[in-house]
Amino acid sequence: MSNCDTLHTLDAEAKEILAKINARTEPLKKSDRLAIKPLAMPELNPSYRARSMDEVSCGFTESQAMAEALRCLDCKRPFCVEDCPVHIDIPAFIAKIAEGDFKGAIAKIKETSLLPAVCGRVCPQERQCQLNCTVGKFHKDVGKSVGIGRLERFVADYEREYGEIVVPEVKAPTGKKVAVIGSGPAGLVTAADVRREGHEVTIFEAFHKLGGVMRYGIPEFRLPKEIVDREIETLEAMGVQFQTNFVIGRTRKLMDLLHKDGFDAVFIGTGAGLPLFMGIKGESSVGVFAANEYLTRANLMKAYDTQNADTPMWHGKNIVVLGGGNVAMDAARMALRLGAEKVRIVYRRSMAELPARAEEIHHAQEEGVEFCILQNPSEILADEKGRVRGMIIDRYELGEPDAKGRPKPVKLEGQSFEMECDTVLVAIGNGSNPLISQSTPDLKVNKRGNIELSDEDRNKTFVEGIYAGGDIVLGAATVILAMGEGRKAAKGINEYLASK
Amino acid sequence: MAKILFKKQLSPAVYQIRVEAPLIAEERKAGQFIILQIDKDFGERVPLTIADADTKEGSITLIFQSVGKSTKQLATFEVGDDIPVLVGPLGTPTHIEKYGHVVCVCGGVGIAPMHPIVQAMKAAGNKITTIMGARNKDLFLMKEEMEALSDELILMTDDGSLGRKGLVTEPLKELCEQARKPDLVIAIGPPAMMKFSALTTKPYQIKTMVSLNSIMVDGTGMCGGCRVNIGDTVKFVCVDGPEFDGHQVDWENMMQRMNAFKDEEDESVHRFGTHNANHKCRIDKMTDDKIKENEKGA
Ligand SMILES: Cc1cc2nc3c(=O)[nH]c(=O)nc-3n(C[C@H](O)[C@H](O)[C@H](O)COP(=O)(O)OP(=O)(O)OC[C@H]3O[C@@H](n4cnc5c(N)ncnc54)[C@H](O)[C@@H]3O)c2cc1C
Ligand code: SF4
Ligand code: FES
Repeated sequence: MSNCDTLHTLDAEAKEILAKINARTEPLKKSDRLAIKPLAMPELNPSYRARSMDEVSCGFTESQAMAEALRCLDCKRPFCVEDCPVHIDIPAFIAKIAEGDFKGAIAKIKETSLLPAVCGRVCPQERQCQLNCTVGKFHKDVGKSVGIGRLERFVADYEREYGEIVVPEVKAPTGKKVAVIGSGPAGLVTAADVRREGHEVTIFEAFHKLGGVMRYGIPEFRLPKEIVDREIETLEAMGVQFQTNFVIGRTRKLMDLLHKDGFDAVFIGTGAGLPLFMGIKGESSVGVFAANEYLTRANLMKAYDTQNADTPMWHGKNIVVLGGGNVAMDAARMALRLGAEKVRIVYRRSMAELPARAEEIHHAQEEGVEFCILQNPSEILADEKGRVRGMIIDRYELGEPDAKGRPKPVKLEGQSFEMECDTVLVAIGNGSNPLISQSTPDLKVNKRGNIELSDEDRNKTFVEGIYAGGDIVLGAATVILAMGEGRKAAKGINEYLASK
Repeated sequence: MAKILFKKQLSPAVYQIRVEAPLIAEERKAGQFIILQIDKDFGERVPLTIADADTKEGSITLIFQSVGKSTKQLATFEVGDDIPVLVGPLGTPTHIEKYGHVVCVCGGVGIAPMHPIVQAMKAAGNKITTIMGARNKDLFLMKEEMEALSDELILMTDDGSLGRKGLVTEPLKELCEQARKPDLVIAIGPPAMMKFSALTTKPYQIKTMVSLNSIMVDGTGMCGGCRVNIGDTVKFVCVDGPEFDGHQVDWENMMQRMNAFKDEEDESVHRFGTHNANHKCRIDKMTDDKIKENEKGA
């Protein structure tokens, strides 16, 4: 990528490492591998990218990937595989990269995972495969673990860029029909795995575009939509049908799919829904948005393209984002790209507890997002027209760990202050979407509205023929977990249809 | 995609279209709406209430006022053209039961969404009094349809060119003062009209439902853009509504939020190159100002 000014230097460094190694006669020892420094991801310059929708991370070059692959120790007990939610055979695919067999590497990943181009970009690797990697442990720094995610992304991009995407084989038609509700990662993966068995699959999607959160939530600068398009093209090539602008529970009742429309099984992958709000005074002022709305306007409705888009965008100059997860980071960084002059993240706990991916926090800081930690608003202030003008912020300190083991924020009395701002983006989590459970009384949901399962290995609900997975079951979680759930559900559906 | 089967201009700025949408026609109930976009990539999402449906033809009727960029562009679509994005039916249907005497107050384009409700309330065995308001005699929508469905129809105009001269809240107040008070009032129209209808019935403690047209994006309860304060709680118009207890709605906040993007929208309309955007809410404005005047006088 032309704007990536570090790419050349980083590639040259990698070539040097490889040249030195190739010049050797004896094989690499463990200590040699441990001595190779982690290869840095080529990235766009922060001041440029903070005003552009271009993807921030440009991806490893071939030499970088091969050099990084040499850092892996091929452990006897690979913790990386244990900690990967779908147990990709990580050392095996990395070994293929080291050999220069990129096609072999991607084939290895695809044995257990789909959507590697997405997961390589958005998985919280530092909390999964890279958390207990032996190399990171040796250096006592999880940041120095083998760059598994970057390698995964590299081979997935390689496959896509060289036009070598293999369309999975589809078995002979079985005459059975499966409905998949929602086109997020859970739905797409279920569709692929069920279609492979020869069943007819139709995906129903409420929006006019496919991909779920990958389309409307995660911004272009982190996950280019072209990648999502390709994944969907692969499903189309497999013969999966799509019905967009179709809301199950409204356009059609879920049970009607089974009883009237001839579907033999249904998968529910409708994702999280209903953004949560703080419940503080002033929260309905003009200029307070759920991050979901802000990001959907910007991403799905393309409001960042002010020349062409009709969807209006709120152009705040002094924006505060409440929350510390990926959604908060995306909203903050999007705000910069939409022209905000000052963007702050207000978070109750400390930097160490921020739930977002480490890379996103780092990128946000580089781009100029300020972090106001151990702070939380108790009131949003508005002017006479009802527009946001600031907030009352309370200060906190960390107390005893809560039930989840995270230190509880404790309010410091008498330390409140006023913070000026013209926009507040709320990113403190989501409830669940009630449309399907309300219109399908037999489904069991827990008190948070998430669908309950009768068989967790097959993601089967309490209604025969109906399966569910992803955020609608787990609460707001991750792409990889949604994908894993989709695979289990597909297995369940395939078994169920075989026995029918 | 939804094909336009029929189009008619009802008044200088109001259009009626019938659109092919067999599944929506089958499922829709009174009070529900659709969301459409006139362009798949760059269009904004426009919620419109379903005014009528024909299950045989597989079509729904929509009535819209060409005020913003998208509705102005939609007004240029002709029979045979496709609306690229149309999704629905959305929202919770109106609760229909036999209340007894139901008074339906509507004004401007609010007459269109009232039509299916009057239909359903009538079918449930209610006595219907409909109060319709408009600036002048040429601006009444669906007058014949409403006349046929209502036991009593009261027309109100700002200029007295048809029916009584004055605001819809006047006959509403008279009905509330009768010995046999109405059992339910439903008000649909410009926010100010709904607000003052609710204020009119409040002293008489008559349950008053209103239909809110807040800003929306997804329409499925995902974005939170459509939220309104109802009593002490926050509700989402697209899933919990659009109908709410008018006595509980925080009107001031709702109207402020509806105007959140106003400057932006004006610009968009301007770019589209049609007339002045200020012309936008003339009906709403006029009635609004009138009602305020009226309130002062009272
Ligand atoms: C801004 C943002 C950033 C994120 N960043 C990350 C990250 O970096 N890493 C990570 O792993 N995870 C991230 N996540 C979380 C991740 O995206 C989700 O966990 C994942 O997408 C869940 O997948 P899903 O298939 O369950 O649902 P979704 O992706 O939510 O898809 C559900 C789909 O179903 C559709 N739908 C809903 N109801 C209906 C209905 N009734 N009928 C028809 N269709 C319906 C929706 O329109 C949607 O397209 C992020 C989420 C957000 C919002
Ligand atoms: S834990 Fe680290 S070093 Fe060991 S196999 Fe996995 S990636 Fe390689
Ligand atoms: S329109 Fe998005 S939640 Fe209602």
